[in-house]
Amino acid sequence: MNDDKLIPHLFRTEYRKIIAVLCKTFGLEHIEIAEDIASDTFLQASETWGIKGLPDNPAAWLTTVAKNKAKNYLKHNKILLDKIMPGIKYSAPQTEETIIDLSTENIRDSQLKMMFAVCHPCIATEAQIALALRVLCGFGIDEIASAFLTNKATINKRLVRAKDKLRREKISIELPLPDEINNRLDVVLRTLYLLYNEGYYTSQNENILRRELCYEAMRLTFSLIENEQTNLPQVNALFALMSFHASRFDARMNEKGEAVLYDEQDETLWDKKLIQQGEYFLQQSSRGKQLSKYHLEAGIAYWHTYKEDTKEKWENILQLYNQLLMLEYSPVIALNRTYALSKANSIDEAIAEAEKLQLTHNHLYHTLLGELYKNKNVQKAAFHFSEALQLAKTPEDKQLIQRKIDAL
Amino acid sequence: MKDFLFIFRVDYAGMGRLSAEELQNVAAAAKGWIENIAAQNKLADKGNRLIPGSGKVLRSKDIITDGPYVETKEAINGYLIIKSATIEEAVDIAKNNPLFKLNIGGSIEIREVSTI
Repeated sequence: MNDDKLIPHLFRTEYRKIIAVLCKTFGLEHIEIAEDIASDTFLQASETWGIKGLPDNPAAWLTTVAKNKAKNYLKHNKILLDKIMPGIKYSAPQTEETIIDLSTENIRDSQLKMMFAVCHPCIATEAQIALALRVLCGFGIDEIASAFLTNKATINKRLVRAKDKLRREKISIELPLPDEINNRLDVVLRTLYLLYNEGYYTSQNENILRRELCYEAMRLTFSLIENEQTNLPQVNALFALMSFHASRFDARMNEKGEAVLYDEQDETLWDKKLIQQGEYFLQQSSRGKQLSKYHLEAGIAYWHTYKEDTKEKWENILQLYNQLLMLEYSPVIALNRTYALSKANSIDEAIAEAEKLQLTHNHLYHTLLGELYKNKNVQKAAFHFSEALQLAKTPEDKQLIQRKIDAL
Repeated sequence: MKDFLFIFRVDYAGMGRLSAEELQNVAAAAKGWIENIAAQNKLADKGNRLIPGSGKVLRSKDIITDGPYVETKEAINGYLIIKSATIEEAVDIAKNNPLFKLNIGGSIEIREVSTI
């Protein structure tokens, strides 16, 4: 990694560590203090490093500076200190040195607990994701804004509201009780799943950042696996799902930055290691009785790691989509299931079922019908593709559909 | 959207005359029928199938008999709830049930669920 990449990367990883530990120490109601200390630290780093060059161990440098700043802060804020000290009265010795514990162990523990705080059900989903990116992943406001294709003001507003909520609801940084973990984990996993999808499915030109969203979601999911209490089957299933999808990163975009559809991908570009990783965690997820939607989606992703069309592959995928549909309806699942129906059973059957879906305002619906009709009735295929072209919103989608029209 | 309860009645004796393969086909087709309803976002509750010969009927607190349903030509064997705008649409959905491809009796009773 060169310096241009190293510094933002370092800032991100160190920022989230410092925030997690300081929030755990000060309490979430003082999250802004933690953010100020972290930002100050990085400001000082940019200034000092700009003049003197990079220190030998930049991460340790940042940790020390953050620690000193926090200590100073406490010295000048008796109120906060008095509030914190009683809480750690029994963990001797009582110096500021022990208060700001930036050991690997405490960082890991703090981050895990922060994850449950950020993904508290009282916070709106959109805000959870923004907050997760800020405090769990250490993304800058401008990075979050471009990840969401919106402006900094919107993201700031979202974050302020979420932090207000954390304060008002007095959310504490701790793991839920053992009998609550399953329920609370649902929200955490949903947020991680959405964070991943945000990176995976919303394609845009700055795809490097988007790929990082996926890696961050994977890192956070893996930290749940590392903890005994949260290492549950559905977590393993989600991690397997993410691994399978991530294996196609290099294959789903060509040199020009255009999306390459699954059928047209060069499977030699699929990352075998990530596929194996997915297989391992999918196997781990089959302990226990619970069958979550992540299990089903990971199963579907698993079958997609076989490029060749076999009856077995598509019958399995169809059944998995059927189970998903029974668990919860979504138009995308219904459409994907119809595609699987065309592969497993017949195109005629799939067309009949697709037309009953009546998702006429959805460009994917028309793309699917165009695809199903293309060897049966070119006129109908052309009609559906042109409907899809009108409904598609992103230039990438429009480009893909145009290619299909040209190929008719 | 309204909810409609589908009550399935079959002639268990008639079903018994089907070959194992025919039974399997009809079960698979019934499963596909429900999945297609779910794909249209019209499945409110996938319901359940009932175990034949497992019933009791209470006529009063003291008069309890075993369910007679298995022997009748029209024994309830399952239920589910669908969502649809009109009863006509619900009837159309029911028409596609594979039961009617076989000549073994049986029926689907369709009842709008009261929201009060």
